[in-house]
Amino acid sequence: MSRQIRIAVLVPALGLFGFLLAWALVGLPHFGDYRGPYGYVLDRVVLPERHMTNVVTAVVFDYRGFDTMGEEFILFAAVVGVVLLLRQGGREEPDRLNDSVGSDGVRIGGTLAVGACVLVSLWLISYGFVTPGGGFQGGAALASSVLLVFLVSSHKAWSGVASDRVLDPFEGVGAGGYVVIGLGALIGGLPFLTNVLGPGSVGTLFSGGSAAFVNWSAGMEVAAANLVLFTEFIDEYVVPLAKGDAAG
Amino acid sequence: MILATLHPLQYAIFALVAIAATAVVLTRDVQRQILVNGFYGILLVILFVVLAAPDVALSMLAVSTVGYPLVVLIAIAKSRDK
Repeated sequence: MSRQIRIAVLVPALGLFGFLLAWALVGLPHFGDYRGPYGYVLDRVVLPERHMTNVVTAVVFDYRGFDTMGEEFILFAAVVGVVLLLRQGGREEPDRLNDSVGSDGVRIGGTLAVGACVLVSLWLISYGFVTPGGGFQGGAALASSVLLVFLVSSHKAWSGVASDRVLDPFEGVGAGGYVVIGLGALIGGLPFLTNVLGPGSVGTLFSGGSAAFVNWSAGMEVAAANLVLFTEFIDEYVVPLAKGDAAG
Repeated sequence: MILATLHPLQYAIFALVAIAATAVVLTRDVQRQILVNGFYGILLVILFVVLAAPDVALSMLAVSTVGYPLVVLIAIAKSRDK
């Protein structure tokens, strides 16, 4: 396309986009003007009904637990897709890099940081019903904390922690556990994913009732799924690149 | 108007987010762009905290500081390789 045609296409498109954007912005409700009645209802009923102080987690893992299951399986399917695509070379034993972090300070400080970060992540998952957090956030944080091992130590140490043998059971139990908990209620003659254990006591680890277990299975699934992604990317891209650098 | 109902702190963070977003676009070197983007991500995390959405902030923290840079860095390294 010549420059003239491109400009001829761009100008009306930009004009139309600008007009629509301005129109939408003018029609926006005021800042903080929330018009969803559902939110106000939940704000009142969650604590008396479910004894959970974090309404967001109560919605995600209890009231809308079924939707979250779909979300979890989107992640599961995405990870399976990545693994299928990246492993097409029929890789045998993944190559081990002979690298390690030189600085003692980074190694020691970093290793301590791994422990601290893992602890915070587990706390995020387990107290998801009491304070901000929950399986999704905690799971993502947990995976990131474990990735630190690769950054502050060596590829060898990372391969030991994030191996298929460790991750696959977590991935499977996390994804399957969610469904099993849901089916458990169904077997008892109740709707799928009903909170069978009922509300626990407010402010404790089990204030979620059986939704606490749903939360944990989501946490496991999210952490394992992210770690599987990291492992695949590192083995397929980072290792060959690092080897190329060493050779060249 | 929208702006009249904002808390000054929210104002400040919104402005910083806008500046950082522009900086991300204006950074031409892709490796530096990832760093700037990480900074932008942290500002978004603060924005979510200031807007009373700590749950979203936590997700954003893990995604913007670890997951996203990792994938983008690998993509860049791979495309330079060819």
